[in-house]
Amino acid sequence: MKYESVIGLEVHAQLKTLSKMFCACPTNANASPNTMICPVCTGQPGTLPVINKAAVEMAIKTGLAIHGQIQKKSVFARKNYFYPDLPKGYQISQHALPICLGGYLDISTGEGQRRISITRLHLEEDAGKLLHDYGHPEKSHVDFNRCGVPLIEIVSGPDIRTPQEGGAYLRKLRNILVYLNVCEGNLQEGNFRCDANISIRPVQTEKFGTRTELKNLNSFKAVEKALAYEIERQTKLLNEGKEVAQETLLWNDAAQKTLSMRTKEEAHDYRYFPDPDLLPLIVDGDWIENVRKTLPELAEDKAARFVKEYGITDYDAQVLTDEKSLADYYESCVKSYHEPKKIANWIMNELLRELKNDDKEPSACLISPANLASLVRMIDDATISGKIAKEVFEEMYKTGKAPDAIVNEKGLKQVSDASSIEAVVDQVIAGNPAQVGQYKAGKAALLAFFVGQVMKETKGQANPKIVNELLKKKLI
Amino acid sequence: MTNQSDQRTIASLHRQLIRGDVSSVELTRDYMRRIERIDPSLNTYLLRSTDLALKQAEEANRRFKKKGNVTPLTGIPIALKDIFVTKGIPTTCGSKILKGYVPPYNGTAVQKLINAGAIIMGKLNMDEFAMGSSNEYSAFGPVKNPWNPDFVPGGSSGGSSAAVAADLCVASLGTDTGGSVRQPASCCGIVGLKPTYGRISRYGIIAFASSLDQVGPMTKDVTDCAMLLNIIAGFDPSDATSLDTPVPDYTKALVPDVKGLTIGIPKEYFVEGIDSEVADAVRNASEIIKGLGAKCVEISLPHTKYAVPTYYIIAPAEASANLARYDSIRYGHRAKKCKDLSELYEQGRTEGFGPEVTLRIIIGTYVLSSGYYDAYYLKAQKTRTLIGRDFFEAFKKCDAIITPVMPTPPFRLGEKLADPLKMYLSDIFTIPVNLAGLPGISVPCGFTNSQLPIGMQLIGKPLGEETLLRIAYTYEQATEWHKRKPVVR
Repeated sequence: MKYESVIGLEVHAQLKTLSKMFCACPTNANASPNTMICPVCTGQPGTLPVINKAAVEMAIKTGLAIHGQIQKKSVFARKNYFYPDLPKGYQISQHALPICLGGYLDISTGEGQRRISITRLHLEEDAGKLLHDYGHPEKSHVDFNRCGVPLIEIVSGPDIRTPQEGGAYLRKLRNILVYLNVCEGNLQEGNFRCDANISIRPVQTEKFGTRTELKNLNSFKAVEKALAYEIERQTKLLNEGKEVAQETLLWNDAAQKTLSMRTKEEAHDYRYFPDPDLLPLIVDGDWIENVRKTLPELAEDKAARFVKEYGITDYDAQVLTDEKSLADYYESCVKSYHEPKKIANWIMNELLRELKNDDKEPSACLISPANLASLVRMIDDATISGKIAKEVFEEMYKTGKAPDAIVNEKGLKQVSDASSIEAVVDQVIAGNPAQVGQYKAGKAALLAFFVGQVMKETKGQANPKIVNELLKKKLI
Repeated sequence: MTNQSDQRTIASLHRQLIRGDVSSVELTRDYMRRIERIDPSLNTYLLRSTDLALKQAEEANRRFKKKGNVTPLTGIPIALKDIFVTKGIPTTCGSKILKGYVPPYNGTAVQKLINAGAIIMGKLNMDEFAMGSSNEYSAFGPVKNPWNPDFVPGGSSGGSSAAVAADLCVASLGTDTGGSVRQPASCCGIVGLKPTYGRISRYGIIAFASSLDQVGPMTKDVTDCAMLLNIIAGFDPSDATSLDTPVPDYTKALVPDVKGLTIGIPKEYFVEGIDSEVADAVRNASEIIKGLGAKCVEISLPHTKYAVPTYYIIAPAEASANLARYDSIRYGHRAKKCKDLSELYEQGRTEGFGPEVTLRIIIGTYVLSSGYYDAYYLKAQKTRTLIGRDFFEAFKKCDAIITPVMPTPPFRLGEKLADPLKMYLSDIFTIPVNLAGLPGISVPCGFTNSQLPIGMQLIGKPLGEETLLRIAYTYEQATEWHKRKPVVR
């Protein structure tokens, strides 16, 4: 029996606002426990929530970027359950009337582009953090710094069919959120979180199978692995004639398997109802249009523009636009010196390699765009050879110095003066009679040996083109 | 020690303080002595903030000396229903579950009073979490009606109404969700106002039912009510449901003239089952108002009979969520020797909440639960809209509506405890006003043969407090009810 997977992904993204969703506390992620709190976000008696406008604007921005319909009226609802990290005993979220409905993301799969639908996007507040093993064997501690931080929850339709598609969807969504500057997009740090819903059904059928919910997916890899594992587990069950139980499973990355967290019977009845402390959120058309105008060019459009404007390949454009900071870096270089293909090559071949080794962001790179552009220009005007340029580049990467400063300091300027090279060429020919004889006898490949010797003598600074020309002339 | 007519109203004491007839500290001490002597028999005070009050009184003395920054409330001893969060002063909301809780902030209405120079005498007894109509559901013992200690003072702001009536504070702030300011005011022969929903900030009142709760002044007379309302009304950025409309000077509404006004008398409110003494007192009041120049018309509020069931679905539903925060994790009573989290929650809340609160939390949870939400909560909200529409239609024909406050006079302690439904029905005339978000004021309009107070309610249009104050003031000035005092030993 052949099965197809039906996967939906739920993303919770922390918004990069200055203050929390319903109070004025800062959203500082790295503060000492319980220092970014107030009576409102710790649920003291008598406190009331007030909506953070900046969070609403980020939600609108995101909704537009994922091609959703911003709802002119949306309602905050109370989601009721008891847990120590939830001070009010309910989370203020949105239920029946979210701020955004619909939308989609186009992802690239092995077989081309696929469109993954998005069901909804809504605003809610984050809960606090429970800390077990915080210095006392029998006690758990709660840190409310995170409690009340604004979140947007984005729910995809059940359109994803493979773990790889899941990974692609997540990466694209994350990319958009980072481009919009609404979220840090870091799964490990927990400001971009993903839960998965997955079921399988015989191919060519319409009816959904029983789905399980996967949680504790802390990296893109974990998402893909957990989905793959779960597909296998469910397939095995069905092939054995058993049923898939509807349950919530935690992905255990160490053991590389899923473990049951709670079954359907233990599932919460959240008793959603509109929060009477908040008025319905009204967003008018003017506000939406103003936000639309502030949308930056997203990766997809930027890549298309790069191909058109700079004549680079699709692949290169995709790599260069994957991170907005890299795309901006590239364009700054090209602005300095208009050789987009050459600069693309330097970034893709040299810079990205170094950055990857050091696990650095392009913004943390010491080489300024102007300097990288300078380096390329120096090769083009024959100030230095391509080989020397690589040396200079390494020094630039380490120290952040300008290329001309390095070339001058180290005396790396390419020598293109034929007369000074000629002297060395003569020296080398005189010093290697055997090879000269072999070359004249027909071993043309030995030219490289002579070039090498001249380059050695000149410490690589001789202009290779001129060396070649002179040698060829003199070795006849 | 205060001379003259012993009126002990905000207005008269303010005049005395300005003239220097009495100092704020002397006045405060006088009230403290009275409380010490009289309160043990009434049980209105849960906590007396003696040190704070004297400090505030000294500050008030300074303000009067400098003749700067003086308001009508400066130096006036006020007490607060223990539902108001007060910084550094324990706040219990009438419940064991908050015993020992010391809030880290002042609510907005409280802060406004403090800024105006009022003296905070202490926190007053109340039905636990404002759920009750007799102050018999307090975890700290019932309050006695100063007019007759065998009778209830009303609820849930029973401590407030009794304290004002017995001169244990000059005025008080209570809260009203289904009648909890107006009904106790009626039982104790004082004035109680529930303003338009959103007129006064809810930030800092412990929430019972968020869409119904409102702060209400409880005072000796209508003038004091206007003065207190001036200080505490207004938009609050910390309360998203507060109204962003300017606050007029409510004392300007205190004009003894009702000519040209039309009073509506709802036929559904004067049916069988209302005590004859109550019906008579309210009808007499409407005759007096008519005699003073107003017109009276009969109106209909057809959905009246659905008000109590609607309320007893919506209020418990909101309360079940509002009271979820009392989980013993961050503050409040915590059960001992619990083996896991479930036990910690269950035991703590069982030990901390009284039976009426428990009942309402369970009802509230039920009507919101999956499978029942549509039939109960949603239906109740729709009915609420219809009740509001009744008033909207009625106000096309009149400027204010007159009704009894309670269907019976104040009842005996213990009389309605056996049957919660009987207790709920005492709010039948006040509940619709909360559901519709309208302003309503309770004004003394008579006494029973056994000398228990009877009040009448005036209901106004949204933000119609000025009309209500005007009618109430006109009636009050034409009668003597507000001048009678209970004899308390």
